[in-house]
Amino acid sequence: MNIDKRIADDLAANGVSFVTTVPCKQLAGVIEEIDQRDDIFHIPSNKEDEGMGLCAGAWMGGKRPAIIMQNTAIGVTINTLATLIQYYRMPLPMLISYRGELREPVACQVEMAVHTKALLAQLNIPAYHFHWQKDVEEFDNILKYTFMCNKPVAILTDANFWGGYGDQ
Amino acid sequence: MIRSEILKEIAPILRNELVVCNIGIPSQELHAIDDQPSNFYMLGTMGLASSIGLGLALAQPKPVIVIDGDGSILTNLGTLPTIGNNAPGNYILMIIDNGSYGSTGDQPTYTSQRTDLAGMARAAGCARVVEVQDKDTGPALEEALASGEATVLVVKCDSGNAKMPVITMDPVVIRDRFMKAVAG
Repeated sequence: MNIDKRIADDLAANGVSFVTTVPCKQLAGVIEEIDQRDDIFHIPSNKEDEGMGLCAGAWMGGKRPAIIMQNTAIGVTINTLATLIQYYRMPLPMLISYRGELREPVACQVEMAVHTKALLAQLNIPAYHFHWQKDVEEFDNILKYTFMCNKPVAILTDANFWGGYGDQ
Repeated sequence: MIRSEILKEIAPILRNELVVCNIGIPSQELHAIDDQPSNFYMLGTMGLASSIGLGLALAQPKPVIVIDGDGSILTNLGTLPTIGNNAPGNYILMIIDNGSYGSTGDQPTYTSQRTDLAGMARAAGCARVVEVQDKDTGPALEEALASGEATVLVVKCDSGNAKMPVITMDPVVIRDRFMKAVAG
């Protein structure tokens, strides 16, 4: 299974046509896949809160948006999640590389990993953790759920899900 | 002129357009001067008006006017390269540059010293950047609308705020009526 293509196909099948990204090594393949597709508009952001602003505007303009980013971005975007996405009740699928989990080679990444689920729980953001490649089968249902309830929803994807981080 | 005087003068232009308005006193002033369903008022999230407006302009064809401030642009400077590389012709970013953080007590921003937002926008890749004095805002905004080109309009004006009531409208109501105006 090509996991990058599977994710992009599920986004497109759910009408997601506006995707913003802030890169992570683990996400490089899915970002490249999305960038190449004609049915999804890809706009890179310089910071994740900026990206959430783009998504909010795109949604109000009639497009279904998504953001792809690293879990360190939860530290950057708490205010935006609370006062824009949640306060105005907007849907936002967040495909997140869950750095600092099993098979992580960079110790500093663990420092945000240990806070990631707690912060999402504190914000009452539904969160799904993809650890095995077969977990991607839930992605389609998660997207439907997100646009049903108009909430931000986190999909945490760890190194094991992506088949390891480099040679780790 | 101060910001509220500019908003009063351009209200007849704004009334017919989709407007994304910056957090704090700018939204309170616009709301009090001429509340419209086609105004999206930001109640929080400083810095993101330009980004919300860009997403909106990319998603649909109607013109979008963002009313932003120098302080908010400085908070989200990454927005300028994203605008410079992606903004469609229906996007107008109007930065009311009064050299101060108006909503927090008029503390000076760096644009009151050596920082030049128009120059920064150009360096970020924005092709049509216009800087005007407060009294010339209306014609410059109409020109931007007529140009059909993405425009960054920097309006230099005095620091100061009008005393206006806080917006008490529910955010979901603001968003819902705005989306109906977008789709209408």
